[in-house]
Amino acid sequence: MDDKILLAHGSGGKLTHDLIKNLLLKELGNPCLNLLDDAATFTLNGRIAFTTDSYVVSPLFFPGGDIGKLAVCGTVNDLSMVGAIPKYVSLSLIIEEGFLFPDLKKIISSIHTTAQEAGVKVVTGDTKVVNRGSADKLFINTAGIGIIPDGVEISGSHAKTGDKIILSGPIGDHGIAILCQREGLKFETSLESDCAPLNKLVADMLEASNKIHALRDPTRGGLASTLNEFAESSKVGITIEEDKIPVRDTVRAACELLGFDPLYVANEGKLVAVVDSHAAEKVLSKMQKNEQGTQAAIIGEVVADHPGKVVIKTQFGSSRIISMLAGELLPRIC
Amino acid sequence: MKFLDEYRDPELAKRLVERIHSHSFHGLRLMEFCGGHTVAIMKYGLRQLLFPQVELLSGPGCPVCVTANADIDKAIALAKKPEIILTTFGDMLKVPGSYSSLQKVRADGGDVRIVYSAQDALAIAQGNPDKKIVFLGIGFETTAPTIAASILEAKNRKIKNYYVLSLHKLCPPVIKALLDSGEIKLDGIILPGHVSAIIGSYPYEFIPRDYGIGGVVAGFEPLDILLTVEMLIAQIENRKPTIEIAYRRGVKPEGNKKAREIMETVFEITEANWRGLGRVLASGLTLKREYQDFNAEASFVLEAIPAKEPDGCVCGEILRGIKTPLNCKLFGSYCTPEQPVGPCMVSSEGSCAAYYLYGGENNGR
Repeated sequence: MDDKILLAHGSGGKLTHDLIKNLLLKELGNPCLNLLDDAATFTLNGRIAFTTDSYVVSPLFFPGGDIGKLAVCGTVNDLSMVGAIPKYVSLSLIIEEGFLFPDLKKIISSIHTTAQEAGVKVVTGDTKVVNRGSADKLFINTAGIGIIPDGVEISGSHAKTGDKIILSGPIGDHGIAILCQREGLKFETSLESDCAPLNKLVADMLEASNKIHALRDPTRGGLASTLNEFAESSKVGITIEEDKIPVRDTVRAACELLGFDPLYVANEGKLVAVVDSHAAEKVLSKMQKNEQGTQAAIIGEVVADHPGKVVIKTQFGSSRIISMLAGELLPRIC
Repeated sequence: MKFLDEYRDPELAKRLVERIHSHSFHGLRLMEFCGGHTVAIMKYGLRQLLFPQVELLSGPGCPVCVTANADIDKAIALAKKPEIILTTFGDMLKVPGSYSSLQKVRADGGDVRIVYSAQDALAIAQGNPDKKIVFLGIGFETTAPTIAASILEAKNRKIKNYYVLSLHKLCPPVIKALLDSGEIKLDGIILPGHVSAIIGSYPYEFIPRDYGIGGVVAGFEPLDILLTVEMLIAQIENRKPTIEIAYRRGVKPEGNKKAREIMETVFEITEANWRGLGRVLASGLTLKREYQDFNAEASFVLEAIPAKEPDGCVCGEILRGIKTPLNCKLFGSYCTPEQPVGPCMVSSEGSCAAYYLYGGENNGR
């Protein structure tokens, strides 16, 4: 096969079929996908969760992951955040003409590895190739379906006064790892994106207790935005303690230099849980035994005061409101 | 984190706050000149911790905020020219000018690029020989030397397509203008840290001499600021206003001679147009005669359009310390970081953005 993707790879003709057979089916094949029917068919029992997300990350490859891994983790995690067990995903590729074939191969192989790790199957998909300049190298869309076990009722609107806020680990790794790779910032760090599927962590948490009221992965907008979403949808106040929030030194240092606040930096392998206070310790200790939650911590609680607002207690004994991320994160001048 | 956590030690901070509260004075009015200090003060809730002993007022030390609309309009006009790539620090992108913003020009097809330093802009100039690259020179004495260095480098390497729109401002003259205006009564000034790293502390000597109040150069960590406040209170108690440095790890009395030499090689002092303060004599920097080839204003024809200020925006008064963002009726409703009306809501160092982000309601007093 040629080393570059041509427009013809998306034309529906022979090259398209070659691409599907020799790359996509070879890596991702399963009885359902192999049929190559226009739609995947399967049976599911119970309450269904359904989600979709598009991935346009730049650069495509970054320390700790790539766009393929991200595309699987993102959708798996979105399903997990309503307590669903992720089952099947779709994979849609929009490729810019001239994209390097070996890069595509690497990305598909990464999708395969991550799907296996998360225990989901790619059952349907689509490939389009667009003219040079009409897309930035590669865009991926994935959708996913999962089953919600009986007795699980998780929503951002279910936080209740007295609940504890649990964070699964240090924040800001993904955002800073990506930023360090971008043109113009010649930072050398050993920092890797935290990009990871969280469904097994959530399964462990639900095994400990089903009194998990809200779950969300703080991706774009960071922890601050997620907590604000909870406060707003549940019409409650949230108080967190600054010194309880784990942040790696590398992330803190980069944030200091660039004028960012780690509370607003993106994560791709972390979750925030709002848990009934009586179940919190049990859920926490179960999380700490999972590799995705070794540094999990209770960082605050849901309060009746200041509904709709998130307040952080600083190490100084003062407190301030943290609001949602406004606009894009831009480095400061001086 | 080493060399950072030490300056954020809660125990030490508590002791400093207690010491500040043990002094007999009440309602002291101190101005933090620099936007970086405003952000640190809001972020760590220091305003709240020091009240009612000390009232902290924000000054005009946010370079984006003090850029006059007429100057932003010039940058926008340059960015609209098809032969120009306008390079700028990120903060400037969203600042509304009289009729548009760089962000809108970019959406309309103008080539506006965010850079992290003037060196990046120079690299873009080298990589695009068929284009003219204009760097938007915003900032105080802190950034001016780096931009001067980029001009020297462009000259040495014979890069002919690199230009700077110099909107640089100087700190000491504007402090003088503020004090001369008589609009605010101050008991002391928290002097800028990074600016002073370049100019040193001597240029502030006129403050105690001519105005009878003291000034202390502060670092940007909470303990730095608390220490500075304590030093200012001690000066007031002893009735000995003077200029001191609390930020000794960053600032020497004589400043950074090398950086100043580079700045003085390329730039000369000129009158500058400040938002809120208007034209202030000898408070800006323009390119010297021998560097005119790099002067964007001299190299491109710009149509003169009358600048206008947004209705109801009190950024000017906020920059002069006579109003706080909470006194602005647009704040938080009509003017937010997503839909900013004035520059103080845009810049990461702007008072309005700091009040908005860090919850002005119970923190801003």
